[in-house]
Amino acid sequence: MTGFVDLNNIRLAYDGGDGTLALDGLTMAVQKGEFAAVVGPSGCGKSTLMKLATGLIRPQAGTVEVAGKEVDGPVSVAGMAFQNPSMLPWRTTLKNVMLPLEIVQPHRRRLKSEYESYVARAESLLEVVGLKGFGDKFPWQLSGGMQQRANLCRALIHDPALLMLDEPFGALDAFTREELWQVMRDLHAEKGFTVILVTHDLREAVFLADRVFVMSARPGRIIVERQVEFPRPRPIDLTYDGDFNDIVHELRGHIAEARAAA
Amino acid sequence: MTNERWIKAAPWLWTIGLFVVWEAACKGLDIAVFILPAPTDIWAAIVKYWSPIWKNSLQTLFTTTVGFLLAVVGGLALGLAIGWSRAIYAGLYPLMIGFNSIPKVAVVPILVIWFGIGTVPAVLTAFLIAFFPIVVNVATGLATIEPEMEDVLRALGAKKMDIMLKVGIPRSMPYFFGSLKIAITLAFVGSVISETVAANAGIGHMMLAAQSQFNVPLVWAGLVALAVLGIVMYAAMAWLEMRMTGWAHRSGRN
Ligand SMILES: Nc1ncnc2c1ncn2[C@@H]1O[C@H](COP(=O)(O)OP(=O)(O)OP(=O)(O)O)[C@@H](O)[C@H]1O
Ligand SMILES: [Mg+2]
Repeated sequence: MTGFVDLNNIRLAYDGGDGTLALDGLTMAVQKGEFAAVVGPSGCGKSTLMKLATGLIRPQAGTVEVAGKEVDGPVSVAGMAFQNPSMLPWRTTLKNVMLPLEIVQPHRRRLKSEYESYVARAESLLEVVGLKGFGDKFPWQLSGGMQQRANLCRALIHDPALLMLDEPFGALDAFTREELWQVMRDLHAEKGFTVILVTHDLREAVFLADRVFVMSARPGRIIVERQVEFPRPRPIDLTYDGDFNDIVHELRGHIAEARAAA
Repeated sequence: MTNERWIKAAPWLWTIGLFVVWEAACKGLDIAVFILPAPTDIWAAIVKYWSPIWKNSLQTLFTTTVGFLLAVVGGLALGLAIGWSRAIYAGLYPLMIGFNSIPKVAVVPILVIWFGIGTVPAVLTAFLIAFFPIVVNVATGLATIEPEMEDVLRALGAKKMDIMLKVGIPRSMPYFFGSLKIAITLAFVGSVISETVAANAGIGHMMLAAQSQFNVPLVWAGLVALAVLGIVMYAAMAWLEMRMTGWAHRSGRN
């Protein structure tokens, strides 16, 4: 198989194989630079899929490959963001965003000597997500939406080739969410990283993704792959378009079926 | 006065009130000094015996502080070890529970057999009694790292050491500094117990000696000295906690 992220016939059960069977017979391939969205019924194993692709957990059967290499431990080419911003309250926003630089090579080695340029980089990222001037605030001085923006910056600071987003906009109000969709769209267009986005919001999936993967109920596998052909850059008004809503509708049907089958 | 200022003044007013009621009760009901000395009697004893009270207070302060510092070092180290490894946790936890359930006063005779009466058993009793809450708190801080935070870092290739240094240890600091208030109070209890049973100096010893001479006001003066020392040490730890982990209080507020 050829893809930047390749999951091949995965079977995964928790607790060393005796616990919940979360994924079974899951196969998916995401191309380099592609924006993939994963949707499915609640508890079908979407978060599990993210942990697999980043090497945080190993499958009982099947293979996981990222960037052409079999994954046998955490892959440091990835940046991750979850629904919970999980900022460290004793660090300023800027320091929180810069945390991955203290861990990932080669930045870790260079951080001291090139500190100024890294700070500039973090500040420009903060500006992109609309947090200019908030770098020296502590996370608890930011609103939930602002923390989530900072969380995105933290996932991106080390220029990951692969961005894993697990419902990052789930807890936000509709306006902030749409605004951050556009931020994501522009960042993806500019930097060309590969994205896997897990979401419950079908409009979000269709607006952002090149391809939407629909999962079955637990144990999860991919039951539908839907290509989304709208040209880029996509304007936010697209989400009120007839064709757009047809796709959302179609996906909704698939998930309803998957839930009924469970 | 505004409400705020009443609240500020309240601790002082209540303390003064307590002493006034106490004094009035002793004098009004004509309670014998032998049963319950009035605050003025105790004050007279404090003035009269100032020099021994001062010297013995310093001794108690010394044993408490040394025992407490040992407990901080040992508690921090063991807490980090337990929070670090589930194997160490599983192995040590039952032992620690068992150990902690022994009343520490029962250990004093053994310490006396080993070290003779005096400063060392007091220091060690303070250490033994104070060290448990520090261990538990530090380990709790480490054990409750958000799994998502850990995932984010591990996905970046962070080693266990990185996670401990960047997240675990800073995160457990509020727990650690919070436990110091409890630990210093316990250390104080430990050293006074030991001094009462097996020492020739310290407030505990002084009170025991005063009791055997039926010098009741001096016994009570010893209690007052203990209360003052206790408050001062507690306040010092509370201040330290505020200084070191202000972020935890501010972040909890909103
Ligand atoms: N750490 C774990 N230990 C044991 N079982 C787990 C663990 N994490 C998840 N599971 C189980 O695996 C299954 C899939 O969980 P997962 O979190 O991947 O679902 P999800 O699709 O992300 O759900 P949601 O849409 O609600 O976020 C669930 O049945 C869950 O109970
Ligand atoms: Mg999930």
